[in-house]
Amino acid sequence: MQILIKGGRVIDPGNFNAIADILVEDGKIVKIKSNDNPRQPPTSNEQPATSNQQPESRTIDATGKIVTPGLIDMHVHLREPGHEYKETIESGCLAAASGGFTAICCMPNTNPVNDNSQVTKFILQRAMIADTVRVYPVAAISKGLEGTGLCEYGDLKDAGAVAISDDGCPVSDSQLMRRAMEYAKGFDLPVISHCEDLNLLAGGVVNEGAFATRMGLPGIPNACESVMVMRDIALSELTESPVHIAHVSTMESVRAIRAAKKRGVLVTAETAPHYFTLTEDDVGQYDTNAKMNPPLRSKQDREAVREGLADGTIDVIATDHAPHSSIEKEVEFDQAGNGIIGLETSVSLSLKLVEDGVLKIDELVEKMSTNPARILKLENGLRAGNSADITIIDPDILYTIDVENFCSLSRNTPFNGREVKGKAVLTMVGGKIVFEDKIK
Amino acid sequence: MQLERKNILDMASLSVDEISTILDTADSMKEISQRPVKKVPTLRGKTVVLFFYEPSTRTRISFDIAAKRLSADSLSISASSSSMVKGETLIDTARNLEAMNPDVIVMRHSSAGAPHMLARMVRPCIINAGDGMHAHPTQSLLDLMTVRENKGEVKGLRIAIIGDISHSRVARSNCIGFTKMGADVIISGPQTMIPKGIETLGVSVTHNVEDAICDADVIMMLRIQKERQKSFLFPSEREYARVYGLSKKRLESAKDDVLIMHPGPINRGVEIAPEVADGPYSIILDQVTNGVAVRMALLYLVAGGTRNADTD
Repeated sequence: MQILIKGGRVIDPGNFNAIADILVEDGKIVKIKSNDNPRQPPTSNEQPATSNQQPESRTIDATGKIVTPGLIDMHVHLREPGHEYKETIESGCLAAASGGFTAICCMPNTNPVNDNSQVTKFILQRAMIADTVRVYPVAAISKGLEGTGLCEYGDLKDAGAVAISDDGCPVSDSQLMRRAMEYAKGFDLPVISHCEDLNLLAGGVVNEGAFATRMGLPGIPNACESVMVMRDIALSELTESPVHIAHVSTMESVRAIRAAKKRGVLVTAETAPHYFTLTEDDVGQYDTNAKMNPPLRSKQDREAVREGLADGTIDVIATDHAPHSSIEKEVEFDQAGNGIIGLETSVSLSLKLVEDGVLKIDELVEKMSTNPARILKLENGLRAGNSADITIIDPDILYTIDVENFCSLSRNTPFNGREVKGKAVLTMVGGKIVFEDKIK
Repeated sequence: MQLERKNILDMASLSVDEISTILDTADSMKEISQRPVKKVPTLRGKTVVLFFYEPSTRTRISFDIAAKRLSADSLSISASSSSMVKGETLIDTARNLEAMNPDVIVMRHSSAGAPHMLARMVRPCIINAGDGMHAHPTQSLLDLMTVRENKGEVKGLRIAIIGDISHSRVARSNCIGFTKMGADVIISGPQTMIPKGIETLGVSVTHNVEDAICDADVIMMLRIQKERQKSFLFPSEREYARVYGLSKKRLESAKDDVLIMHPGPINRGVEIAPEVADGPYSIILDQVTNGVAVRMALLYLVAGGTRNADTD
């Protein structure tokens, strides 16, 4: 099988940015040839197979498109095992592929929790059967996410875990967090921290401030997140271990991470499209599809998150894809489940950052591909010899987000009906096309 | 008089004209409760469901009496006696109620926004009888009615609301309601009980109770819940009473014609001294009386009585 991706703007951040052709053969990138000649208009999308060509060879016209290393979403909840009515590994992988992702990391808060090698292996086996995108399990920091005992990181690493996190449940015990960082270091497993002080949370369901006050909803102060970000930075310094801060939502967190990076702390950070797109006001009249944890914050916080993305304080855009059914969402606001799905809207929402001048397109690709790969030590990049994990993005296509077209089993997104520009049109994993939109 | 709306969800969504219409209607309803035969046929054949997910005595009884005086059929459901205890969701319970064709659902719920959700999902008129810490529009309307009755008009008055503003739906609704009707609202209490951004409702804040009291035309005290000590909102009832409570002595600095209000139930000796609650400035029981009139007015206006009540 030979595939030629022709005439697209090929972006491999820090390495390559030019109109080029990529030749893929047997699942690998064989050649990237810069194409500086004046472009000739393509005669047709697919070149007819001739007798001396392999019957399966194909040319993809990527003119006007952006060709990037496969996008990686390092923060996804796949819900299997345990909550298959919300999402399965299969449906989640399809959603990822149609959102332009070639790899996803799944968080351990399943039932049973991914805190032992059996569950890790089960997830990988299901992912192999799904045979769509690459699935990298994130295992738990503590047994049962209970924050009382360490999991067997050696076993988990051997089974295929790429990082550890108690996502959804913060590690409240600072000593346990310290030891987790130290112990995980021996296995080269990055620690991903869900930063939240449960005492400061105090039953809050939306951002603390004028909106919460008006709506009579208990608020979550910014400090609920930032005190733990600061703690984990201190523990990272103490242990000289890397820590990755999940779903950064506040100005104070951005500042703390920026200052820590400046003095050389091994801290990295991610945020999600909803934190740089929406604010607390988007909760509107108690819309449970705008309820997540951390909550949508103020305009100031949104601005700080965008600045953090722009200056490199925030390394990664991850979605925190959190499928919930109507059972969790069609209930009273304070009782509704936290989280929204994100795999199938992330590229479109993130491209807006380029349009708004917050990021250059190279930087966006970095945050959605290069940087997560670097943090998780995964192969990445459009280079000869690498596995052909490639995403093709049409940056100009205008469309309206419609949940009815989603591959995810869940529909919980505040972005339904939103007009957006740009989307992934082709996703290739190991040379196999796992998603293809109609290319004009 | 007409009201072009199906639901009464909060004070924020009511216009000045609508509030005036409701208050005028309530004024005319009040007389019915003073008759020897306290019943008019206005809402005969209408069904009013009192859907109370949270315990309530005053508000539920007040609505029940209001419905009965207008000849509506009223019935009460509480969380403990409903299928909620069997795990039925709020929406399912509401849809089942809807299937029996009630005209009005009066709803009290511990979750903010629950009546708003119901209003989107079911046909009957929804009247919010208190949702979490969010809104208690019928309380605010009866407070407006009581102040207007005693002072002639609300506009230009200075209203002090003192206590746990954070957890009070009454405070929120009154901040919005009184401000909307042209009064100046000043709120006071310990910082732990003042929610962030409350000024955006158009009110001013002071942590000195004396400042709030001295120029006030109306002083509204809020109930202090003892269990809030556990979330560190205040150290003791004793200290609260001493620093923030409305004592007879503290009242000496108030205006001569000040009115004392309280949405109830009162904690004698904590936020309000017994002699103040029972004293000459207190209109606390007038509030309760007017509650029935306001709720009659609302039921009449939303359930679309075929004849005007005052002509009966």
